[in-house]
Amino acid sequence: MRILVAVKQVIGRDAPLRVNAARTWVEENDATFEINEPDAYALEAALQLKEKHGGEVAVLCAGPERAAKTIREALAKGADRAVHIELPEAAALDALGTASLLARAAEAEKPDLVLTGLQSDDLGLGQTGVVMAERMGLPHATIIMEIDFRGAAVRVKRELEGGWFQYVEMPVPAVLTIQSGIAKLRYATLMGIKKARSKEIKTLAAADLGIPSHPAAVIERLYMPPRARQAQIVEGTPQEKAARLVDKLRTEARVL
Amino acid sequence: MAGFRGVDYMMIDSLFSEEELMVRQTARAFVEDNVVPVIRGCYRDGVFPSHLIRQMGELGFFGANLEGYGCAGMSNVEYGLIMQELERGDSGVRSFVSVQGALVMYPILTYGSEEQKQRWLPKLASGEAIGCFGLTEPGFGSNPGGMLTTARSDGGDWVLNGEKTWITNGSAADLAVVFARGDGRVRGFLVEKGTKGYSSSDIHGKLSMRASVTSSLSFQDCRVPAENALPGAVGLKTALSCLTQARYGIGWGAIGAAMDCYETARQYALVRKQFNDRPIASHQLVQEKLAWMITEITKAQLLAVQVGRIKDGQRAEAAHISMLKRNNVAIALECARLSRDLLGANGIMDEYPVMRHLANLETVKTYEGTDHIHALIIGERVTGIPAYC
Repeated sequence: MRILVAVKQVIGRDAPLRVNAARTWVEENDATFEINEPDAYALEAALQLKEKHGGEVAVLCAGPERAAKTIREALAKGADRAVHIELPEAAALDALGTASLLARAAEAEKPDLVLTGLQSDDLGLGQTGVVMAERMGLPHATIIMEIDFRGAAVRVKRELEGGWFQYVEMPVPAVLTIQSGIAKLRYATLMGIKKARSKEIKTLAAADLGIPSHPAAVIERLYMPPRARQAQIVEGTPQEKAARLVDKLRTEARVL
Repeated sequence: MAGFRGVDYMMIDSLFSEEELMVRQTARAFVEDNVVPVIRGCYRDGVFPSHLIRQMGELGFFGANLEGYGCAGMSNVEYGLIMQELERGDSGVRSFVSVQGALVMYPILTYGSEEQKQRWLPKLASGEAIGCFGLTEPGFGSNPGGMLTTARSDGGDWVLNGEKTWITNGSAADLAVVFARGDGRVRGFLVEKGTKGYSSSDIHGKLSMRASVTSSLSFQDCRVPAENALPGAVGLKTALSCLTQARYGIGWGAIGAAMDCYETARQYALVRKQFNDRPIASHQLVQEKLAWMITEITKAQLLAVQVGRIKDGQRAEAAHISMLKRNNVAIALECARLSRDLLGANGIMDEYPVMRHLANLETVKTYEGTDHIHALIIGERVTGIPAYC
């Protein structure tokens, strides 16, 4: 089976976050970068499927030159090859643009399954995988915890809210967006790191894929949430205070 | 406390390639996930976390800087970074890996026959087999040339008699690389567990290196076949060449222990408040200690990188590695002492890693060439005059 894993490089969780001068994004100069965590689980799920069913895992990533580091880490963990859609450093892509690029590149790979994280740690839109499926004309399912590959079809376990799960079966090819924390992530072995040197990374320019680079959605302003402090003094006798406090907690704060 | 993020005051990471940093990341994550959660219990109970052996083998940690026979073929800098991260966890874990790779696999690869290499190296690399190294004797530590263990040639076999002590992994080992005096020369032999006349017993009562197995080995008319002699291991120099490999790893490992102590003390000093509700980190005497530690750690890192680079270029001498081992262990020990001081009474508790590192580093200062012996090696290098006796 051929599995394609779409990964994104995001700012590291430990990196200091400052709003940039243009106030449209965070300052990237002093940031570190790492694989988007849900995408790391998508890669892990793909590698486990390959171990069980054989075949190939290819990594697909749209990002600037620095994203190649994340790609090589995925190769060191066991992916067989990679496709890097290299974007200009300051490319402002929305989910539609990214998903369209990924979909166009993915089609050429003719995968049986496309896996990606359910959302990204930076924007958190949760749209890329779904839009990608639409663009490719493939069925999809989101928030996947388990994948049971059955040749012509795949049965998956979805996480719903409130402790509920849903099992869905669909034909392949299909796009699945993977939940974080579903497995133990493997380490890149030393042999894997060495082997990654000789694995193929195909580089595509965004322009070659024929996707317009005008985003439909742009970030107008990024800012730290303003601190709001509000105090109310409840007046009256102790009984009245208690009754008013309970009323406020119930109707205003809605915590009761 | 948040996961370990390394200590890098001087953009040291810019001296490493992306691949070297990836290797370090694997070792760091392994230690964070697998060593840190169990090491306190192991140390208390005086046991080595042997459940980690196979996983370390799968990751490629054993003999990582050796080439072929299932070894990872890493550079010496990459190997050093692994040692650093392992010792950030515990000196005992790093010691296990040092012995397996530098003192058992290295001599087999360098001095062994093709058959010995094929038979043992893949098993040692995977952790299926465990090795130990027998050189030190009860009466001969810094002066191994005086060894009393003998190997008598007898009908095509060698018959070993003698005692070895302070042997890391001794009783756990499937295979011992043992040096003995035979036909007038110091020679290396492979002695397998279960060989008649070969026995081991653990050394108890250690207040240091408690998460590491340390044993004595005894050979009483222990007969090993001629093919178990390491054909190239003739002369004391061959034994010392193994120590040079291990000392190199120790030089890196000590940085890891120092980093852990420093970082523990730094974070502690920022949250511990005394006098007017101010963190002790705001006191000048505390800052001076932190400044000393970070300066020495930075110098130790630069020394390790440089020795690693020249070792990768086949230009490192034993005397270079002596400086690395001596300096880095000494500053790591001092960092551990200062950190213990900054943690006050809490510093003696095993809730923090500092006292454990401190106790471990007292061993590390002595083994693999004492601080004094390395001073004399450096002294000989710069004067041309050996002053060992």
